[in-house]
Parts: sequence; C-alpha cells; structure tokens
Amino acid sequence: MLERFSTGASTYAGSIDHLIFLVAALVGFWLIVAEVSLFWLMYRYRHREGHSSQYVTGEEKHLTRWVTIPHFMVIFCDIVIIVPAILVWVNVKQTMPPAEQTVRIFSQQWAWSFQQPGADGILDTADDIRTVGELHVKVNTTYHFELMSRDVLHSFSVPMFRLKQDAVPGRTITGWFQATRPGNYDIQCTQMCGIGHGLMAARIIVETPEQHSAWIRRASNPALAAGVSLPADTDGSKLAEVRP
Amino acid sequence: MTTPATGAQAHLGSHGDEHAHHRQSFFHKYLWSTDHKMIAMQYLFTGAAMALIGGYLAYVFRMQLAFPGQNVPGYGLVTPGKYNSLVTMHGTIMIFWVAMPVLVAAFGNFLIPLMIGCDDMVFPRINRLSYQVFLLSAMVLLASFFVHNGAFGGAWTSYPPLSARGAYNLTPLGASLWLLAVALEFVAFLLGGINFVVTTMNGRAPGMRMWDIPLVVWMIVLASVLFMASVGPLIAGAVMLFFDQRLGTAFYDPGRGGDPLLWQHLFWFFGHPEVYVVLLPALGIVAEIITVFARKKLFGYRTVLYTTWATGILSFVVWAHHQFIAGIDPRMANVFTITTLLISVPITEMIFVYIATLYGGSIRFTTPMLWALSFIAEFLIGGVTGIFLGASGADIYFHDTYFVVAHFHYTFFPSAIIGMFAALAFWYPKMFGRMMNETLGKIHFWGTVVAFNVTFIPLFITGAAGDQRRIYSYALFPEQDKPGLQHLRELSTIGVIVLLAFQVFFLINFFWSLRHGKVAPENPWLSNTLEWTVPSPAPHGNFAEMPTVYRGPYEYSAPGRETDYWPQNQPISPLEEAAL
Repeated sequence: MLERFSTGASTYAGSIDHLIFLVAALVGFWLIVAEVSLFWLMYRYRHREGHSSQYVTGEEKHLTRWVTIPHFMVIFCDIVIIVPAILVWVNVKQTMPPAEQTVRIFSQQWAWSFQQPGADGILDTADDIRTVGELHVKVNTTYHFELMSRDVLHSFSVPMFRLKQDAVPGRTITGWFQATRPGNYDIQCTQMCGIGHGLMAARIIVETPEQHSAWIRRASNPALAAGVSLPADTDGSKLAEVRP
Repeated sequence: MTTPATGAQAHLGSHGDEHAHHRQSFFHKYLWSTDHKMIAMQYLFTGAAMALIGGYLAYVFRMQLAFPGQNVPGYGLVTPGKYNSLVTMHGTIMIFWVAMPVLVAAFGNFLIPLMIGCDDMVFPRINRLSYQVFLLSAMVLLASFFVHNGAFGGAWTSYPPLSARGAYNLTPLGASLWLLAVALEFVAFLLGGINFVVTTMNGRAPGMRMWDIPLVVWMIVLASVLFMASVGPLIAGAVMLFFDQRLGTAFYDPGRGGDPLLWQHLFWFFGHPEVYVVLLPALGIVAEIITVFARKKLFGYRTVLYTTWATGILSFVVWAHHQFIAGIDPRMANVFTITTLLISVPITEMIFVYIATLYGGSIRFTTPMLWALSFIAEFLIGGVTGIFLGASGADIYFHDTYFVVAHFHYTFFPSAIIGMFAALAFWYPKMFGRMMNETLGKIHFWGTVVAFNVTFIPLFITGAAGDQRRIYSYALFPEQDKPGLQHLRELSTIGVIVLLAFQVFFLINFFWSLRHGKVAPENPWLSNTLEWTVPSPAPHGNFAEMPTVYRGPYEYSAPGRETDYWPQNQPISPLEEAAL
C-alpha cells in the first residue's frame, strides 16, 4: 500500500513525497510527545489512597513555560513545514516550465476525453488526435494541459504523478506535468460529479519516444485508428471497450 | 417549590408532578415548553435519533465498499445513485442534525442557565421557536428520502453546477429539500445562538465575573458567536442556489455569467468555523470533566480562553484550504497555508493545557473521565493529520482521498460522539435524577473507542494509497482495485458494525438507568459548579434561592480546606478566611 510513496512517476512526485515525509516526521514527533505525556500522567497521577491532588493554578511564570516553550517550538515547526510546502506548491502549481507539448483535457459526465497535436506537433490543426478514456504522453517531456469541463465540476487526478486539479465549467485551467517512467497509470475523477462519478476512470499511458511516435502514426491513420481512439462525442459507456 | 415539575420526572415514570404548583398538559409540557431543560431534552432526543439514522446510512455504504454490488442486509442493493445519496445524507445529518443539536443546542440549553445561576434562558419563547424550526428542518430533510428519485446525492458540500441543476444531479427535488432543510436548520441555530450569548452576558448570578464562567459555557457561547458570524454568507449563498434550482437564475452557471467557485467560498467561509462550532463545546465539556475527576484546578484557565479566541478568529481566514486545487488563483494557496498552519499554535497550546491539568492530580477513571481522556488522545490524531492537508504542497496528493475522510472523522467523532457521551455520562444525574451504570458504561466506552479506531485507521492507509472519496466501487481503477486495499476497506466496515453494535449497551444503560439507576444525590461527583447545587433532576425554575458566586469554577484541592472541592456559591467562612 505505502509502496506508492516510492513509485512516483512525475518530476515533482518526489518533492511532494519528501514534503509528506517531513510533515510526517514533525507531527509524528509531537503526536508521540503528547500521547506519551498524556498516558504517563494518567498512570503517574492515578488515584491512590492517601495521596491528594496538588493545587496548581498554571498561571505563575515557572508553570506557564510548560505551555510557552511548546508554543514557540510549534511555531518553529510550522515554519519548517510552511516554507517547503509553499516551495513545492510554487513549483507544481504556480510556475510553469516552458511547454514541449500541450494537451487539452475535457471532462464531462462521465468521461475524460483528450485532444493533442498529431504529427505536425501543433494543436488545433486538422491532424489533431482525439481520444476518449486514454491519454498517451511521451516520457521526460514537459506537457502543459488545458483542463476544461463541459458540465459540472470534475477533478483531474493522476495519483502516480501526484497531480490533481479541479476542472471548472466556463474556465480553462492550465497546469503541467512531466512523466519520468513509462507505464500505464490511473486517471481518477476526484470531485463528486453525479451518479457516474465512480465510473469516471481513464488511463494515462506514458510511452518512450519511439512508442509515442508509433502511436501518433497509428492514431493519425484513420484506417488504424479505430481500435485506438474514438470521436470526441462518444459517450462514456463505450469506455470499457477502449481500455487496455 | 418542593416537588419539581420537570419532564425528567415523567421520563422516570414517577409522574409525580400532581403537587407541582402549576400543572401542565402533555402538549404544553413536552411540545410547547419554554423550559430550557425540556428544550435541551428535545434537542438531545432528536439529535440522538438522527445519529441512529446517520449511523445506519454509514453502515449501508460501508457494506457496499467492503462487498461491492452485493445485497446489504437491512437495505438491499446499493446503486451508484443511492450510494451518492447515502454519503451525502450521512455527512449532512451527522454535522447539522447530530453534532450541532446535541453539543451546542442540547448541552447549551441544559447547562448555560444552570451553570451561570439563572432560572431560564433570557428569551424562552425564542428558545421554543428555535427547537420547533429545528424539528421542522429535520422533517424536511427526512422527507427528502421519500420524494421522486430520492434524497440529494451531490455531496454534503453541495457544489454547483451539480447541485444547481436537476439534469446534472438527477435528484432535483431532493436537492431543493436538502437546501431548504439546511437553511431552516441555520435559522434554528441563529435563534438558539442569540439566546446563549445574551443569557450568558446578562443572566449570570451576582458575583460571577467573566473569569468565573465555567469553560463549557464560554465555549458554547464562543461557538454560537462563530456560527452567527459565519453563517450569513452561506444563507445568502443558499438563497442564490435555491433560485438557481427553482427559478432558473444563473448565480452559479458559468454559461450565463455566474461562477461555481462563488458557492465554494461562501460555503467554506461558513464551513471552516463550523468545525470549531462543533469542537469548542466538546473542549468545554472535557475541561469540566478532567478537572472534577483529577481533582485539579485547570492549568491556566485564561490560557484556554485566549487560545480559544485566537482559534476562533483564525478560523475565519483559513477557508480556502478546502479549495487549494479547486481552480482558485494558486497564489492564494500560499496565504491560506500560512494561516491554516498557524491555527496549530493555539490548538496545541490548549491541548497541552489539558494534558498539564492532569499533572499532580488524583485521577479517578470513571466513565465520564474515560470519555474525556479519550477525547484528548483521539483528537490529537485528528489534529496532527490536519497538517498534511493544510500544507498546500502535500494537499495536492491528499485532497479528496480517504486520508481526508479519516482526518475529519478523527476530529468530528471525538467532538460530537465522544464529547456527547462524556457529557451524558457526566450530567445524566442532573438531567434525569439517577446515576448511570458504570459497568455498562465502561463496556460501551471500550467497545466504541476501539471500534472507532478500527474503522478509521485503515482509512488513513487507503487514503495515502490513493483511494479517492465518494466512489461507489473501485473496480474501474486498477491501482486501487487491489486485495490489500480491499482487506482494509473490509476491516473498516467491520469497525463500523462493531461500533454500531456497541451502542446497544449505551441504549440499555440509558433507559435502564432512567428507572433503576441509583438515585442521584445533589452533587454526585463533588463538583464546584452551580448546577450541582440544585436537586437532581434540576427542578423547574432551577434555583430555589438565587445563588451568589464567590470564586472561579475550578477550585479543587485548594490548600487549607477540609474538602477537596469548593463550590462556587459557598461563602468564605471567617475561620477559612483566617486560615488563608
């Protein structure tokens, strides 16, 4: 289960995982300190005959330090988490490295469809490749995506990339990713989008440059394309047939 | 007033109110009462009934997740549409119709007048109206199960455009009834909140300064202030959503100039303070209980209050951490990460104060104390896992996974459920005049707490492994459709079933003790606060003679006294004055 954290498949998966480990170490420390103190005090000061409680207001200086020292330590830990959290965020979401390829992602109740350039490498030309339910990308290539929704909110999530972005109707949301390992990964919808939400699955297929150009050739040739891609207006129920 | 004429007496079956100085008909006593204690009971029993419904819904959808596509005993086949309705209604019911009525309304109503030395709420008729509107809201919500296409299935956050159009959510009538019920519920709590704040500010017994108010009262008042200050935008948002649904307006329709993200801002501007509306009363309940059973003064009463205020104020500027990846300007996430993580400072301090209170104590592990201590132990887990979600970079991965589900159940369950059981075990004698059975109470405690952890610890793991929320079946997701993860889902379902089964012990204990429990003395726990100076159960009108307050609520084990408690209303005798 947790092997997931050693198997990221995008350039930023590692930095997100490291951030998660950092948070886990710090909050793990505080959780253990707090739970151990709680249980030790419960044991140490359990009611025994002949022992009575002490009268401690907790408002004198030498007592308040038991709260003020942790107070400053928690602020320090917060800063240690906030700084890398923002750095990771800025890297993943706020700044965009130059695009080598651009894909368009359409979400709708309840299917994912994709539009990407054909052999000419330019989007919005006659040879664009449109697919439903599977997105073919080239490894080690920076992709920009333009995420759109045709009806309600959806969320484009590729857990292995640590990528997640809501799609909002009426807007085009841009983002980026660069896959690092060839393979075949889940695309989930992670925003409640109606009764087909649980069926809104797709696959992202990360290919080597050779595989990818072979795929582009196949997909661009209408005679070979039938088994690979479907027209954009295909409804989601056909999804099962094209999935590998 | 020699013989109390309370509803609690009738619950005991004694019907001993013939001698009361004013007789009430059944209708006036139970349904039209303005007595704060009766209204508290109404809220308590309504909330408890709703909790059983919410628990049943959880059982049904957990069964679907553990054994996808199989008939659920006691329900039948769960279709994807039904599944969405089940999770939506579970969330809605548990937060708005269980946590709030029980923690804020039931205990707020019962405790505030008794603990501040007042005979009733300042506005008793508004109080009665509050419950009646609340009951109506619950009926509207439950009615939505039975309309065409069933209850609303667009998640408890009700994001448009899904919630705005019947063609999208396929539960158009359910969606509108949901919205109407939530809006009515807000009206009920606005009416109740006004009462709590005004009563506490104006109705205190002579001598009770701000710093002498028991923490649970402070916490319920602050929760009411948070609620009233945050709910306005959401009510406006709900009206716009209702118009979108029913009148064809386009406040949230991007195709006609609206914006779906507007709802998210309005919803979470309320939704985040709402977390603290539920948490604060539970923290107050725990403060009362640990001081009594550790026989200790609270470690830093003022620290707790300052940190509560800080938490309350900060809770208004963290809402967009629910929307990091929702399509807001990514730069906003940086601001909200900072504010969100800063909330850990006051909350940690508060929890440390609670833990430090045990230092030097003499701890009695009674049932209420076990509940209160388990609140601290469990809430800590909920608190620290929130950091993963508040740190924007990490939230990209965790957002809308079961990790989030596990996290907020570790905050809401300790607050709403453990807090409720702690309070019931503690104040039961004052409410019903009998003691609850300790053995049954402890069986119920251990069964509930262990089963709760069995339910939700697996969900941290499945969430970290990528299980997304609100999914009817993982069959189409090869990375999630693995036997290891499925076993954890089954374990979680077993946890829920055990958790629900152990509630039988509570129900038996509750109803058995009403008739057969040991008769409760005035002050069974040897506590300081004013509610323990009146007979058990508390009579109509509360105090035979209005009390005067001489000291704060947590003077336990004060030096130079024979007893280890010192009721707030006990004057200092000249002898004691000399000893000090």
